[in-house]
Amino acid sequence: MSCVTTCLVGGKAPVVLAWGLVVTVTHAGRRTPKVAKTNSVVKKAVMAISGIVMVLYLIAHMIGNLKVFTGAESFNHYSEWIRTIGTPAVPEQTTLWIIRIALLVAVVAHFWAAVSLWRQAKRARPERYVTKKAVAQSYASRTMRWGGVIVLLFIVYHILDLTTGTVNPDGDASPYDRLVASFSNPFVTAFYVISLVLLGMHLRHGIWSATQTLGQSNRRRERTVNAFAIVFSTVLIAGFLIVPFSVLFGLVD
Amino acid sequence: MTASMQSSVGNPADEKRGMNLTLRIWRQKDPSVKGKMVTYKVSDISPDMSFLEMLDVLNEQLIMQGDDPVAFDHDCREGICGMCGLMINGQAHGPQQTTTCQLHMRSFKDGDKIDIEPWRASPFPVIKDLAVDRRAFDRIIQAGGYISVPTGTAPEAHATPVPKADSDAAFDAATCIGCGACVAACPNASSMLFTAAKVTHLGLLPQGQPERDDRVVNMVAQQDREGFGGCTNIGECSAACPKGISMETISRLNHDLLGALRAGARPKS
Ligand code: HEM
Ligand code: FES
Repeated sequence: MSCVTTCLVGGKAPVVLAWGLVVTVTHAGRRTPKVAKTNSVVKKAVMAISGIVMVLYLIAHMIGNLKVFTGAESFNHYSEWIRTIGTPAVPEQTTLWIIRIALLVAVVAHFWAAVSLWRQAKRARPERYVTKKAVAQSYASRTMRWGGVIVLLFIVYHILDLTTGTVNPDGDASPYDRLVASFSNPFVTAFYVISLVLLGMHLRHGIWSATQTLGQSNRRRERTVNAFAIVFSTVLIAGFLIVPFSVLFGLVD
Repeated sequence: MTASMQSSVGNPADEKRGMNLTLRIWRQKDPSVKGKMVTYKVSDISPDMSFLEMLDVLNEQLIMQGDDPVAFDHDCREGICGMCGLMINGQAHGPQQTTTCQLHMRSFKDGDKIDIEPWRASPFPVIKDLAVDRRAFDRIIQAGGYISVPTGTAPEAHATPVPKADSDAAFDAATCIGCGACVAACPNASSMLFTAAKVTHLGLLPQGQPERDDRVVNMVAQQDREGFGGCTNIGECSAACPKGISMETISRLNHDLLGALRAGARPKS
C-alpha cells in the first residue's frame, strides 16, 4: 500500500522561508533567543522525580522528629541509631551517607532543572504586559520559584543549625538540647515557620504538577489529585511545625 | 470624536445605551522599534457590537483624522479561524472565555477604560501594533501534526472503529483553533496547551498511531526550538482557551513523550 504524508500546513519551501524570517524579524529587533538544549518536558520530569525523592525523605524526617515527644534520651538514641544503621556489617554512618548523597543529587538536579526552565520562561517573554490579570493561578503556583529559593536557603541554615551545630547557640550539646536551644529563640522559630509554610505551598502545587508532568493525571482524577496535594502538604507541614511550637510554648524543654 | 462618527454607528433607539470608552492601545510601528500604550476615546458604542467592530469604529475615526489605523488580525469573525487575538484588560480574548471576535461590547460598561495589547512572547514577534507573527505554531504542526493516509479510494467508514469516548476526547482536542491565547495567558509563555491539543487529537485516533511517538517527540522539540517557555501546570492557558481545551491534554502529552523517549524515539535535528 502506498502511503503519502499529508502535511496540514505548507511544504518544505515555506519552512525555509519562515525560518529565514524568524531569524531576522524578531521581537524589538533582538535576534532569536538562544534555544534550550534539553527537552523542557524531560527537565520537568527530572524536577518531578527529584521532588518525589525529597518528599519521601520528608515523610520519614517528619515522623522521626516526632520522637522529641518521647523524651531526650529516646530522641538522642534515635539520632544515634540513624548513624549506626547496618552496623557492624557496614562501617558507621554508611546508610546515613547514602541517604545524604541521594538527597544532594536530588537537590542539585531539582535546582538545575528549575533554574534552567526559569531562564527559558524569562527568554520566552522578554517584554512584559502593561496589564496582566491572573485568572487560574494559585498563590502556591506563583511562588514555586522564589519560594523554592527560600526553602533552599532554609535547608542550608537548617543543616548548619541542627546537623553540624555551626550556627546553633548550643552547638556541642546533644541533638535534643541543640533542638531546644534553637527553637527557644523566637526569631529562629519564625524563620522555620515561614520556610515550612512556603515548603507546604511548594508541595501543594508540586504534587499536582508532578502528577501532570509524569502523565498520570486526567480530567476525572484532577480533583482527587488536588485534594490529596492539599491534605498531604497540610499534614506533613503540621507534623513538622508541631515541634518548634512545642518548644516555644514550653511543652518540650 | 467627530460628529460624522456619531452618526455612523447605532440607530436612535440604541443612542441611550451607547457607551463612551477610553482605550489604551499598544502602538508599535514595526518589529524594530519599541512600542508604547496610546490613549484613544470612542463614543456611542453599541453593546451589540463585537470587540473588533468597536476597533473598526476607532480605525474609521483615525482614518478620518488622517492618523494611522491600529493594525490587528482577524479573518472569519465567527470564532473558528483563530486569527483574532488580543490581550484585553490583561486577559487573553478579554473577560469572556471566547475569541476576541465573539466578545461583545455588552461585556463592558459606559466609562470603562480598556487596555489592549498584543500577545507577548518572543516566538510571536509583533509585526505591527496588535498583530503578531504566529508562524511558530505552523512550524510546530509541521514537525509532527500530521498523519499518514493511504491514497486511492476512500476507505470504508466502518473499517476502523473508534470507541465513542476516544472520538469525543479527540474531537474536544481538535476544536483548538491555534489562536495562541494559551501562550499569551501563560506566565511562562509556554505553548504546551496548543501542542498537547494536537498530540491528543491525533494520538487518540487509530489513524494517528503510526507517527504517535515521533509526533510528540518532534513537536515538543520544535516548541522548545521556537523559544516557548516550559509548562508549570498553572492552568492560565486552559482558563483562557476559547475552546476550553483541558489540562488533561498536557498530562497526555507528557505521558506520550516520556513513553516515546523510553521506546527510543528521538527528535529529528
Ligand atoms: C525540600 C525541598 C523541595 C521539595 C521536596 C520539592 C518538591 C517539588 C515537587 C514534587 C515538584 C513538582 C515537579 C513538577 O512540577 O512536575 C517541584 C517543582 C518545582 N520546584 Fe521544588 N522542591 C524542593 C525544593 C525546591 C527548591 C530548593 C527550588 C529552587 C528553586 C525548587 C523549585 C521548584 C520549581 C520551580 C518547580 C516547578 C514548579 C511547577 O511545576 O510549577 N524546589 N518541587
Ligand atoms: S476572527 Fe476568526 S476566530 Fe476571531
